[in-house]
Amino acid sequence: MTDAANDPDKITGPTPDNAIRASEAAEATDGAGKVLAADGTPLKRSLNRALRAQKMRALMLVAPLLLFVLITFIAPIADMLFRSVENQIVRETLPRTVAALQDYDASGDEMPGDAAFEAAYYDIFFAAERKLHTRLGSRLNYEMTGASSLFRKSGRGLDDIGEVYQDQFEDLDEAWDEARPWAEMMGDPDWIAAQEAWSEDDGAMPRFELRDGVADVLPKTAEAYRLFARFMQVEEGDSPLEEEPWTVVHTALYQDITGGDISGYSGPGADRLAALAELVAGPDFETVRFQDAFEEIDEDWADPEIWKTIKTYAPAYTSGYFLNAVDAQKTADGPALRDEDERIYGLLFKRTLFMSMMITISCILLGYPVAYLLSNLPSRTANLLMILVLLPFWTSLLVRTSAWKVMLQQQGVINDVLVWLGLVGDADRLVMINNQFGTIVAMTHILLPFMILPMYSVMSTIPPSYVRAAKSLGATNWTTFWRVYFPQSVPGIGAGSILVFILAIGYYITPEIVGGTTGTFISNRIAYHISSSLNWGLAAALGAILLAAVLILYWAYDRIVGIDNVKLGG
Amino acid sequence: MKLSKTLMVTSALTVAAAGGVYAAGHGMADSMTLVSWGGAYQSSQQKAYVEPYLAMNEGVTATWDESSAEAVAKLRAMNEAGNITWDLVDVVAADAIRLCDEGLAMEIDADELLAAAPDGTSAEDDFGDLLVSDCFIPQIVYSTTFGYRTDMVPEGVDAPSQICDVFDLEKYPGKRALEKRSINNMEWALLCDGVAKDDVYDVLETDEGQDQALAKLDTIKDEVIWWSAGADTPQLLADGEIFMGSTYNGRLFSVIEEQDQPVAMMWDAQIFDLDGWIIPEGLPEDRLARVKDFVTFATDTQRLADQSKYISYGPARQSSAPLVGQHADLGIDMAPHMPTDPENAKNTFLYNYEFWADYRDDIEAKFQAWLAQ
Repeated sequence: MTDAANDPDKITGPTPDNAIRASEAAEATDGAGKVLAADGTPLKRSLNRALRAQKMRALMLVAPLLLFVLITFIAPIADMLFRSVENQIVRETLPRTVAALQDYDASGDEMPGDAAFEAAYYDIFFAAERKLHTRLGSRLNYEMTGASSLFRKSGRGLDDIGEVYQDQFEDLDEAWDEARPWAEMMGDPDWIAAQEAWSEDDGAMPRFELRDGVADVLPKTAEAYRLFARFMQVEEGDSPLEEEPWTVVHTALYQDITGGDISGYSGPGADRLAALAELVAGPDFETVRFQDAFEEIDEDWADPEIWKTIKTYAPAYTSGYFLNAVDAQKTADGPALRDEDERIYGLLFKRTLFMSMMITISCILLGYPVAYLLSNLPSRTANLLMILVLLPFWTSLLVRTSAWKVMLQQQGVINDVLVWLGLVGDADRLVMINNQFGTIVAMTHILLPFMILPMYSVMSTIPPSYVRAAKSLGATNWTTFWRVYFPQSVPGIGAGSILVFILAIGYYITPEIVGGTTGTFISNRIAYHISSSLNWGLAAALGAILLAAVLILYWAYDRIVGIDNVKLGG
Repeated sequence: MKLSKTLMVTSALTVAAAGGVYAAGHGMADSMTLVSWGGAYQSSQQKAYVEPYLAMNEGVTATWDESSAEAVAKLRAMNEAGNITWDLVDVVAADAIRLCDEGLAMEIDADELLAAAPDGTSAEDDFGDLLVSDCFIPQIVYSTTFGYRTDMVPEGVDAPSQICDVFDLEKYPGKRALEKRSINNMEWALLCDGVAKDDVYDVLETDEGQDQALAKLDTIKDEVIWWSAGADTPQLLADGEIFMGSTYNGRLFSVIEEQDQPVAMMWDAQIFDLDGWIIPEGLPEDRLARVKDFVTFATDTQRLADQSKYISYGPARQSSAPLVGQHADLGIDMAPHMPTDPENAKNTFLYNYEFWADYRDDIEAKFQAWLAQ
């Protein structure tokens, strides 16, 4: 809706912009002859200053609205849309597994090696303690059904591995199941002293520090114990001096003993550790293979599918949600369509577009005569009619939708009348609700004012003299309307159609109530993913696609009809 | 001189007032935001324990937020934003388990937080098996079951009395209403597809079992209206839009007894479920203290029994059962309307929380895709 006459670059005459251009031209042709303002400064600078002040003032005036829109509208939308590609959760929850799967070939049917199972054991154990594994399970379940239950079961079952070691260690020496000996072995003596001296009034606990050198001899144990100690301090507010370590620490110690040389250890409990090494080396020591333990928890771990899924969704950003939104799936060989029975979004997008189109057309057909009537009646009558048009605006949306339910249902008003008139048998009443028909009827009614008002405002500006002139030149009523009146009313139709179509495409509440399963829109699906399935990434991707579709349609409309032809009034 | 005097008086008053508030509240916040389901259920809570509590604690206010249906999503969003605006949230047990697993609900110690029964039984024993999660404070036992229009039963045919009558379109033609989610529907479908009651969850664990249940539901899909709000089925029944439909037993009670509609209960294979409170994780101390004080009161033996005066849901405490009396307005005995009444509970189906906590995401995704096709 730009107007050439308002463009500052196109106005002729003494404007500030033109003065700047004139002074620039003068400078270019004659570098020495600067045009000066009355106070002696160059005219260009003086004018720039004046203009800048003007522009700042204008900016200040719009600043409150601009900030409001930015903070409450643009920023949340951008943040929500960002979720459609964001995928940190896999990487953050399973850092070791992701690293272990670095070289894993996700396109083949191979199982990953023991290292991956070991990494997954540590990752899932720590995640379960921090209560993060169920969220990751839900996340991966969007890509591979079954992942959610898999992670939940694993979070519960992985304790068993460590318990095998813990029990045997404890049988050898009670100290292996006590908090204090562990803390002395792993913790820095200064830290132990500080922790002992700490009382609740001191604020935060002294940060746990590993004892010098312990990480070189017992790397895995040190890492596991450090995570445990920090978790106790920060999340639980308990002193590691009084808490027995998690069973994962015992597993780590077993691994350190078998995997490395611990003879260099000389800290507290060195003799206990030596005794333990002897026990572990003995023939009766029971061990657990990570892979076997995982398979015992759920045989899905023995299927490469889950490993492929983890590997495929390891990157911090993913196209997975968008692919999901178009019924495709990320696989190791690139995007692929989902199974036939899982494809629903294409159908829903098509249905949304089709129904919005139907609603727009119905609105045009119903609204045009009303708008015509409104603009051609004497103003007293027109005002009365106008109130009737506006009345639905003042009624709650829910009330209007529920009223349609009463009208359309099988025991509803319309069916009752039809049965009473004998047009329809009592046994085969029409099904007019919980399907597409119901949605189209109810939404046409609700959106009709958005069509009538722009049409009316355009039609009321069409001078009646044109119609009279056409008739006086011998045109029939139809020719007059079709050749003279209608073309001038097209901008109103355009404005109304854009308004109605864009509102319809994102409508949620009415289809939810009267649409059943066949009359729902993509927006109902988005709402489902936001509030029930909690798949916010997919909801964001669907929303982004919907937004893009609207913008493309707007652009296409501009190219075909021209947005200058849209008038909302005057 | 005058000004400083005024200032002194004002500040003295402020200190006194602040001290008074503090003394009255013992460091407790004086307002609570309670989240519930709205409708008859919320008003039973309001009458049975919120109003008495507010009467006992002058100056305390309670605000309701009817968001229980979206509680998980909203708590997650609040947690991300770091601003928990709810103090106590009423959720079904499955949601409580989920919230607890994600660390969004606070773990509680039942014996420490909740009142013991009048005879001294500890809260833990009084609630017994109903404490299905470390975060969950049960209030009621409700069941999801079917109601049907008595005037729509075809002539010469017995009224429906078996769960499988729902799937029998030949004998009982007409529309049905089922909940727009997989839980319960999948179990009923399998039960009526020849799966023994004890095997239902073993079958449902497998892909084939899930497909089997959906295939059974397919046979009636065209005749089903899917509901998502508890009020839908009662409304559809009252309008005569459907022949039979599933909903919560308390809603059916209100259609039958309070609104006097030609509707009857079909208790066969009713599925018990629990509803109760959770306290969101991360409340500031003063609000937490207030909520703990309230929840102790609101879940004691008498209060839970009182609630059943207003709605036909069974109290979650064993010690409340003998105290269940008559309906507050209608004056009818509530015991025969409880889902746990022996006459009604001849054939019940036990809802497996652990199974649904594990498999909910998996099965729900399949079910919703099936529904959209």
